[in-house]
Amino acid sequence: MPLYHNEDQAMLADTARGFIAEEGNIAKQLRHWRDRDCKDGFGHGLWKQMAEMGFTGMLVEEADGGLGMGHVEAGIVLEEIGRNLTPSPFLTSSVLAATALKHGSDDLKGRYLPGLIAGDSVFAVAIDETAKHRPDRITTRAEKSGNGFRLTGAKSFVIHGSSSDMIVVAARTSGSDEDADGITLFAVPKDASGMSHDAVRLVDSSMATHTKFDGVELDGDAVIGEIDGGRAVLDAMLMAGRVGAAAEGVGVARGAMDLTVDYLKQRKQFGKLIGEFQALQHRASHLYSEVEIARAVTIKAQQLLDGGSAHADLMASVAKAKVAKTARLAVQEGVQMHGGIGMTDEYDIGLYMKRDRALAEFLGDAYFHANRVATLSGY
Amino acid sequence: MADLETFRSETRSWLEANCPAEMREPVRDESDIYWGGRRATFKNDAQKAWLEACVAKGYTVPSWPKAYGGAGLSPAEAKVLREEMGRINARPPLSSFGIWMLGPALLHFGTEGQKQRILNEIARGEIRWCQGYSEPGSGSDLVSLQTFGEDKGDHWIVNGQKVWTSYADQADWIFCLVRTDKTDKYQGITFMLFDMASEGASTKPILLISGSSPFCETFFDNVAVPKSYGDDCPAYVGQINRGWDVAKYLLGHEREMISGADGGDRTAAIGAAMTRHSAKTGDEIDPVLRAELAMFDVDALAYAAMGEKFLDEIKVGKAHPAQPNMMKYAGTELNKRRHELVMAVGGSRSLEWESEATENGKPSKAWLRTKANSIEGGTSEVMLNVIAKRILDLPGA
Repeated sequence: MPLYHNEDQAMLADTARGFIAEEGNIAKQLRHWRDRDCKDGFGHGLWKQMAEMGFTGMLVEEADGGLGMGHVEAGIVLEEIGRNLTPSPFLTSSVLAATALKHGSDDLKGRYLPGLIAGDSVFAVAIDETAKHRPDRITTRAEKSGNGFRLTGAKSFVIHGSSSDMIVVAARTSGSDEDADGITLFAVPKDASGMSHDAVRLVDSSMATHTKFDGVELDGDAVIGEIDGGRAVLDAMLMAGRVGAAAEGVGVARGAMDLTVDYLKQRKQFGKLIGEFQALQHRASHLYSEVEIARAVTIKAQQLLDGGSAHADLMASVAKAKVAKTARLAVQEGVQMHGGIGMTDEYDIGLYMKRDRALAEFLGDAYFHANRVATLSGY
Repeated sequence: MADLETFRSETRSWLEANCPAEMREPVRDESDIYWGGRRATFKNDAQKAWLEACVAKGYTVPSWPKAYGGAGLSPAEAKVLREEMGRINARPPLSSFGIWMLGPALLHFGTEGQKQRILNEIARGEIRWCQGYSEPGSGSDLVSLQTFGEDKGDHWIVNGQKVWTSYADQADWIFCLVRTDKTDKYQGITFMLFDMASEGASTKPILLISGSSPFCETFFDNVAVPKSYGDDCPAYVGQINRGWDVAKYLLGHEREMISGADGGDRTAAIGAAMTRHSAKTGDEIDPVLRAELAMFDVDALAYAAMGEKFLDEIKVGKAHPAQPNMMKYAGTELNKRRHELVMAVGGSRSLEWESEATENGKPSKAWLRTKANSIEGGTSEVMLNVIAKRILDLPGA
């Protein structure tokens, strides 16, 4: 398969670019909701519009009412979300939770997928228990209780936690904290008794929660996949999420780069456009080169994941790490090359810097994934 | 597709029958590479037999037309041949700047007479060519070149000096940028072809920090170059005074080649192999070095994907025309980093210049060689200039 978009994908990219630039732009969404101190951190109206575009259920199988598309297509939407810094539950709901639900029972799918497809529901995933992404260590426990389970523990930095209609929670049903086996995934509804959220606004204006499970009683049918066999579902969900986050990061990097290159063509100092200075030209060219490479490996990871390749896991980490490094370079160069106004709230470049920081941390930063590349490569 | 599978099975049996076992061994040193030319000698019978079989089949230049010594393979067929040769580790039968550089220029700009004569000579390995571009005062700013051809009617008298001429001391002929009009910088250069045995042409090898001498200084002292070598075979490519067009076309071609977009070692991850190597020698890799290897592998694997994407896009004309400059920049900088890490993992052992363990300084020579990657064929800084101007459209670039 060639490493560029086919005709259908190029058409989708055109549509997504136009739609998100129009409806999901920084003024209409990020700044709008931020300046109103929105408790969700995103707009439900846009989520509904994305549903009408067919985006929210694009990864859902056709048999389940979705579009049955792949990660290349989801990545196209995510790149535009990244470019416009659009606050949206797309990544957590339509990529992460939707991937988990593929492994769920028909009953679970019937309960949650129609709401996702219609843009009426928002989902979150609760994996991490510390400030760094450590999915190998899960201490939140679910113990058998009657016909179901009793969930006890805490999760941190659950993005959209208090806005979600359902949270996918990874909990331990057997074994000790670091065991690979013994994990079970649960679909926890928002009104579950004993679940409480401590909401916190993050640097990029998105909302996360520290969520406590204080003896939350769950029915047996809240289980996604196999009891004690949740690691496989968790891994699949993480892989999809990482590739998705990489695609969004490519958008952030490209958005920051475009803004900066445009600025180099407008700002005059010493009687010249600053883009005439070779010191800045070389830095911009280096950035372009890195962004192209980051985008290429992201598409590679999407294709491998869609093709069910055994290399997808490695390439997902390569992509996540490469994009994290590249987007970081893009936003830092962006602010520096904007000079003083790059430090102002009025200019958008600083918003890119904030978003990159949060997005890179989500599902593992460049260090986590470079380390993972080494481990998966056998060293 | 069925035709391609037939071609694959035919190619496989042809290679089985014609590629000698010795020619399936890895290239160990310079003498394992056959460059052709009037003074060439074969290292052994296998090298000779392999060349002759490939010449007869058109496989020294498989994608050139049959009339010019090639096999007329389509891009898809040529890819199959490369894959099948790669499968049995077959060595290239013939290496030459004629194949890589002059050939593509003639296929694009040459007259029928030039193609008939010169391309066939290249394909058969009869004439070894060298490239006369850089001068002592004209490196990155190549177009400022001063080597001058004075017009004497039916011939030029060429005077001047070239530098970094690869293997000029072993080459038979040179394709050479010569100023023929001093009043026009860009439209005053002719892409000349002449015999290095001409009176007044001489070479002097340059000793490099790696200890090898692949490049020469080349001197022209009143060299007479006829304007024509007979019917429809001018001594220049393209038009007189329009040699810069040819040079620019070839530079793009060369950057693609150097960028390593064709894959190979440059795009491979190294962390695992380096760690195995250290385990064997009993050396421990510091955690910080492991981290650097991991970061390198991320960049190398990402660049490999970029190489794949670049080739896919070139095939359908989707790549930006200046994208080879980006590939060259990123690929050569990556390769330099690779060899810094290889040296670091090897420790003091990799410093050995003359020893059996290092096959006489292989790691250090390879490391030093990579430093030229980001200089030859346009420096990294020139690549960044081109990206700024042609891709980012920055002002005054």
